[in-house]
Amino acid sequence: MKEFLHDVGSVFIFILNTFKASFSTEFEFREFLKQCYQVGNKSMPLISITGLIMGLVLTIQSRPILIQFGAETMLPNMVSKSLIREMGPVITALICAGKIGSGMGAELGSMKVSEQIDAMEISSVNPMRYLIVTRVFAAILMVPLLVLYADAWGIFGCWMGINIKGDINFVLFFSQAFGSLQFMDFLPAVVKTFFFGGVIGFVGCYKGFHAGRGTESVGVAANSAVVLASFLVIVVDMIAVQITDMLI
Amino acid sequence: MKEKTEEEEIHKPKKHADKEPEVVIEVQDLKIGFGKNQILKGLSLKLHQGENLVVLGKSGSGKSVLIKCIVQLLLADSGSIKVLGHEMNGVKKKELEQLRMKIGFLFQSGALYDSMTVRQNLEFPLRRIRKELTNAQVAEKVKEVLTNVGLPNTSEMMPSELSGGMRKRIGLARTIITDPVILLYDEPTTGLDPITSDEISQLINTVKEKYKTSSIIITHDIECVKAVADRIIMVADGVCFKEGSLKDFETSKEPTIKSYFK
Repeated sequence: MKEFLHDVGSVFIFILNTFKASFSTEFEFREFLKQCYQVGNKSMPLISITGLIMGLVLTIQSRPILIQFGAETMLPNMVSKSLIREMGPVITALICAGKIGSGMGAELGSMKVSEQIDAMEISSVNPMRYLIVTRVFAAILMVPLLVLYADAWGIFGCWMGINIKGDINFVLFFSQAFGSLQFMDFLPAVVKTFFFGGVIGFVGCYKGFHAGRGTESVGVAANSAVVLASFLVIVVDMIAVQITDMLI
Repeated sequence: MKEKTEEEEIHKPKKHADKEPEVVIEVQDLKIGFGKNQILKGLSLKLHQGENLVVLGKSGSGKSVLIKCIVQLLLADSGSIKVLGHEMNGVKKKELEQLRMKIGFLFQSGALYDSMTVRQNLEFPLRRIRKELTNAQVAEKVKEVLTNVGLPNTSEMMPSELSGGMRKRIGLARTIITDPVILLYDEPTTGLDPITSDEISQLINTVKEKYKTSSIIITHDIECVKAVADRIIMVADGVCFKEGSLKDFETSKEPTIKSYFK
């Protein structure tokens, strides 16, 4: 119990220090751009393939059921709605938790082990501002963009899935997919992805920054970052869905 | 009369006695432990202006802990640490940052930033500490320190492409690029072959002469001690076991010291 409370306190202080450092006048913009590139651009191939497969599989699995009910024409709309509201954000966030969270945990963990963070501190550079704020902000900004990107690939996958057994041109598919989509389908889904990004960034950085001194702790930091970030993404999603349900 | 700025005050070491050389670091009764393991049990030392003070001791005796306490990477349980006359324990963040600008720290591993080239590693502290420098001046300074450590053609190499000795040299170049007045070396020759160790030891002396620095060198490499020491302190059981010149240590009949200098 004492250890748990210590951990909670430590997380709280870490978040507080990150916010404090983020309001500094000396924002490390170059490092922030570099991190956006690392988080965003380098995740794109993985997100593209995952998004495409997500849309394709969802279409292939849903098609027989909709045919049973004579509602095959609903397929584009159903898949796009599922992708935009739930599947896209959650699956993309889980992939980002694995890729980005573990990357941040391992990178910062190895910097800690090799005394690079200490060296930074001695150079009168605030490691919170240089390492943490830039990474957390990059995750907050890039995860929503990656989700939208995955949604687009998912919808393209849906079109491909329909065309495996059927025949529909892209314009008709597009109008069916987006015809009944409303702004409120997008808004809660987009809003929650910022929180997903924040969770992934904070957890990855926290675990790396608080890694032990041995080389083994780098692996532990990366692993625990993935596990905790994935778990928290699911928890945040559950809370977001409940709030959306109450408001709409 | 013009008032002295805080930075000028920090830069100037305070005199403790008229005839004694100026004291730049003064540690008194320093105690620190991790859990039940007490590492330093009341260690005291003084570093004088322009001297190389070697701190000798077994692995785990708290030598590295001592210099990490001096720069406040570790916080002591009790005792006093004065750097350039300023008390470090409980120092405010702003003042600590300014004091750290006057201290260079060479880590055991070099602690080069893996994701940056050698040039970027050197520019990183310089651009933050000496903000007034232009790009041309920064480039000139990088070139100068690389030449001084004997590696003028490595600026675009990544740390992973460097040997252990080269990493130490680049680490030293990064340390001296901001013109510190105090240098703290954490086992500068550990893990290096005898020839490279000797080169690093000579480099420590060169840096002292050229940059007029005062240094604490943590080591258990006797060849390095012989090459660089102006004064030696041996740490054992968390306290200062013996203090003196190289000659005092070499002629000592104390078995613990003899085991080092045999």
